[in-house]
Amino acid sequence: MRITIDKDVCIGAGQCALTAPGVFTQDDDGFSALLPGREDGAGDPLLREATRACPVQAIDVAED
Amino acid sequence: MSEAVSFPQDRTCPYHPPTAYQPLREQGPLAKVTLYDGRAVWAVTGHAEARTLLVDPRLSSDRQNPAFPIPMERLAGIRRVKSPLIGVDDPEHNTQRRMLIPSFSVKRIAAMRPEIQRIVDELIDRMLAQGPPAELVSAFALPVPSMVICALLGVPYADHEFFEEESRRLLRGPSAQDTDDARLRLEEYFSELVARKEKDRGEGLLDDLVAERLHNGDLEREELVRMAMILLIAGHETTANMISLGTFALLEHPEQLAQLRSNDSLMPTAVEELLRFLSIADGMLRVATDDVEIAGRTIRAGDGVMLATSLINRDGSAYADPDALDWDRSARHHVGFGFGIHQCLGQNLARTEMEIAFRSLFRRIPGLRLAAPAEEIPFKPGGTLQGMVELPLAW
Repeated sequence: MRITIDKDVCIGAGQCALTAPGVFTQDDDGFSALLPGREDGAGDPLLREATRACPVQAIDVAED
Repeated sequence: MSEAVSFPQDRTCPYHPPTAYQPLREQGPLAKVTLYDGRAVWAVTGHAEARTLLVDPRLSSDRQNPAFPIPMERLAGIRRVKSPLIGVDDPEHNTQRRMLIPSFSVKRIAAMRPEIQRIVDELIDRMLAQGPPAELVSAFALPVPSMVICALLGVPYADHEFFEEESRRLLRGPSAQDTDDARLRLEEYFSELVARKEKDRGEGLLDDLVAERLHNGDLEREELVRMAMILLIAGHETTANMISLGTFALLEHPEQLAQLRSNDSLMPTAVEELLRFLSIADGMLRVATDDVEIAGRTIRAGDGVMLATSLINRDGSAYADPDALDWDRSARHHVGFGFGIHQCLGQNLARTEMEIAFRSLFRRIPGLRLAAPAEEIPFKPGGTLQGMVELPLAW
């Protein structure tokens, strides 16, 4: 599984970091970022919810 | 189609959508409402449709567009001024928002928890020392977010009586003159505050913006002044209403309150469900800049669109038994904070404030109850943020 965050689209709402804190965080500029080592989603069941919670649909999850 | 429902209307019960909107639910997911000036605009009540439309760039928030829908006569003045963040589209909106998002990230807000807890505890200490009874809006619901946003922005809390009163006039009038005059007075206030901060930098987001964004031209002076005003108002009026209306709703739902008291880990879920259930910002407005197909209908370029927050959040196809306050459901994906590029900037702050406020209030004052019959307690009229005007409590 591969997660892509479109930082041009991200508005820093933090919904991903709030919903799936095991995968997402926010960088110093407030933008969504993947936690080191969790770039593949680490099987987190909340990944899908976090993707859906993004208000600007900036997160894409591609199955390998 | 049957006769259009007028918008906005007063709620019948402070925490339920106006009963007069019932036909809209039945006609959904897309219906029409009539505004005060006789104009018909689309009313979106479906959850999936609202989420689709709120991310569609063809629905504009540009209030200076002559076709932007004006919900009440006294708000006609909003077309005359450019409102940063809330009243502009991308790319302008994006540039402004990016200057602010680091200050509202999940991490930054988590770091404010001890300060928010201290404010909440001091206000409860005071209520306990002076009461019972107490009036929750003035003793707690308003001062909590007001003090917190002042600290975050770097606005002196000593000025709170002035800006709370002017914010109230700006949002609720009652006359157009009240609204316009309040806006001018607040602009004047922030203009002076910005000038003071240029000479003497303090600690706060506004101080940072003055020092880092004003002189290099990232922000125009007028833009910064209006941005400061919007941040202050959005930062205190909204959460104040959630705390007052949330407390009222919890006291009217003793079973749910008991569950919450016995299981502290429910609190974040409960805050989310309250955001869905109460929908205090009831009605988001947009104007279509191009034809948009949705739910088998065509929203034409120039049409006004009203997204009915309280009905969207109670769409039966998104939430089972939607009119029940239920901690067992997942209220996630509600549009209480909006959706799309304009989704609330301060939502993580608001969640944290509510969580700490409700937890501390009900834990420290176990016998909390309404001090007047529920049906006699005044709440706010339609067309403004929904919440209690006063909330008399005893224990």
